[in-house]
Amino acid sequence: MNISILRRIGVLFLIAGIFFSWSCSKAGDSNVIKIGVIGPMQYSQGKGHWNGAELAMEEINSSGGIKVGNEMKKIELIKADSNEIASITDAANAMERLITQEKVNFVIGGFRTEAVLAMQDIAMDAKTIFISVGPASAELNKRVKEDYDRYEYFFRGSPLNSSYLVKNSFIHLGYIAAVLKKTLNLPAIKVAVVAEKVQWVEPVIAAAKSTIPAMGMELAGIWQPSQTASDVTAELSAIQRSGAHIIFTVFSSSVGVTFVRQAGELKIPALMTGINVEAARFDFWETTEGKCEYVITSANYLENITINETSKKFIDAYRKKYGEMPSYTAFTHSAISNLLRTAIEKAGTLDADALIPILENLKVETSSGTYKVDENHDSIWGPGYSIIMAGQWQDGSFKGIWPNNWKASDNAPAISYEGVAPVKFPPWMIEAYQ
Amino acid sequence: MVVDIIISTLINGSIYSILAIGFSLVFGVARIINIAHTAFYMLAAFCIYAGTNSFGLHPVLAMGAAIIFVTILGLASYKLIIEKIRVHPAATIIATIALAMIFQEIMILNFGAEFLSVPVLVEGFTVVFGVKITYQQVFTFIFMVILLISVWFLLMKTKLGLAIRATAQDRETANLMGMNESMIALVTIGISVGFAGFAGAIVIPLTVIHPHMWLSPLIIMMAVVVLGGLGSIKGSIIGAFIMGLTEAIIVFLLPMGSFLKGSVALTILIIVLIIKPEGLFGVSIEGE
Repeated sequence: MNISILRRIGVLFLIAGIFFSWSCSKAGDSNVIKIGVIGPMQYSQGKGHWNGAELAMEEINSSGGIKVGNEMKKIELIKADSNEIASITDAANAMERLITQEKVNFVIGGFRTEAVLAMQDIAMDAKTIFISVGPASAELNKRVKEDYDRYEYFFRGSPLNSSYLVKNSFIHLGYIAAVLKKTLNLPAIKVAVVAEKVQWVEPVIAAAKSTIPAMGMELAGIWQPSQTASDVTAELSAIQRSGAHIIFTVFSSSVGVTFVRQAGELKIPALMTGINVEAARFDFWETTEGKCEYVITSANYLENITINETSKKFIDAYRKKYGEMPSYTAFTHSAISNLLRTAIEKAGTLDADALIPILENLKVETSSGTYKVDENHDSIWGPGYSIIMAGQWQDGSFKGIWPNNWKASDNAPAISYEGVAPVKFPPWMIEAYQ
Repeated sequence: MVVDIIISTLINGSIYSILAIGFSLVFGVARIINIAHTAFYMLAAFCIYAGTNSFGLHPVLAMGAAIIFVTILGLASYKLIIEKIRVHPAATIIATIALAMIFQEIMILNFGAEFLSVPVLVEGFTVVFGVKITYQQVFTFIFMVILLISVWFLLMKTKLGLAIRATAQDRETANLMGMNESMIALVTIGISVGFAGFAGAIVIPLTVIHPHMWLSPLIIMMAVVVLGGLGSIKGSIIGAFIMGLTEAIIVFLLPMGSFLKGSVALTILIIVLIIKPEGLFGVSIEGE
């Protein structure tokens, strides 16, 4: 009996010993650079995160790895499903696991601002560099500004913050309004703003109220459906009654699909532009059963536009491997290949405190344009840096329509990306206004 | 604007009433609060998607298959899980929540959490008093009227309907009179889940399919049945149109507050529970 108990205890110790030694070897493996990729992996955004990172890992590892001091280290990716669209708690737990259990060197990803705020705190507590690829709220970098010592490990990768996104989207709006006015010979343009009710959208609403009239257009009204609304026909009826020529959308959730689909079905005589995250997806045509024809939205990657050589190479490699256009969360590729790789090779170490000043001063070409951060670790917008393009769904393809002879100021040179297409208007709209 | 509000009320009210009737019917007869009711609506939507995309079925065939599949699944869920615990209302509520979550997770595993869609039966729209209405919405309204007439016929003109009404009024007496109460509950569950599947089938071509799509209509449906009176078919229909009217008024008069639709539904639910817990029309199926 006693021998049996001793044997059992012995076996338990043996199992515990094996587990402990495995855990130690895992945590202490210094031959690889461990990068946590966090995102809602069941959703397209998370798939974009993972695919971009995976492509970067394959490219880097096949070329021998990243040079850290005198040795070459390969990359190991750790996938963390944040489930952040459904649960912020899950997102925080996923980040906790990456840092405490997986002991990653860096974390990239995130999507929903509310969840990324929670993830950010966990990464900062562990003094782990966290490059966001997904959330747009300026609040994330406001924290860096207000408490640099705590939040210095956070950097915005992509997209640009919501203020820049909005500014860029209003430039798109101005361009489209000018073309619309000229094409349909309209004396004045009325704009309806439709925005889902989430945190990052609030500054957009505030900006729309003052900017649209300042741009010489009339604000026909503001509608704010729920981000999960399954029926917006009432809103669409009200928008049509308002006589809006342009619908300025601000969507990042499922309502962006519902709205486009129902507007297309009802042939609302207004052109949609603005931000609709779902509309920038390669499969949006199928998702809306082709009802997205003529819809315009901000976009990071477009088939017919070449931003720079880095972008072209990335898009070609991504399409070859995954058979589709990358979503904006696939910027994880640049976060690893262009930001982290360059910084690590310059610093010669994985030490976060040594990498921060290098990342702060880094100016590097990425798949979204030239990347540089300001003093709050926020990526800089503007000519010469990153700008957000506009794409329009035309005959089943998502085609780039902006920048097209855009001048940032009166004296600035005109910017056009190679391959840009002209804006098209729905025939039912032309019929309604001519 | 008045015409817009009326039409929006009729369209949305008809969708909510189809969901609420099924939920109310099963409570009235079997005293089961089936939280998984709208999960069956979600399942029907995914079945149609799988039918049209994976098996290449015509949308109408896929809809029919989805309604049948969901009804069978509902009956199986009742026999295997709910029937064994239905005497304990709290356990039933928890079990049906768990059931809905299981269905949701299975859909995520199978289809991912992407937004999906199915084609509409007939493309296009018509204009009624200057308001554009899609043909799919017109169909929804017509189907709802047909469904209501069918429910009325079933309940008032058939022996099964008589048995359902008798069971709803007094289960013990119905049992003593020789009615198989368990079988009637099973049939009612089948009808109820069939309604949920039907709602999913006719509504989904205009919206987006995703595994969490059952949560939002659940809140509105609960508010509708509490407002109308749990177990009351008439109450469910009237409650559904009141809810549709409230939503339309919010969208047209308070456009920046249109996201408040769900909150308004919950507020109505709480107010009714405080002021008139039995709702507008009591707790059992009326004998009119």
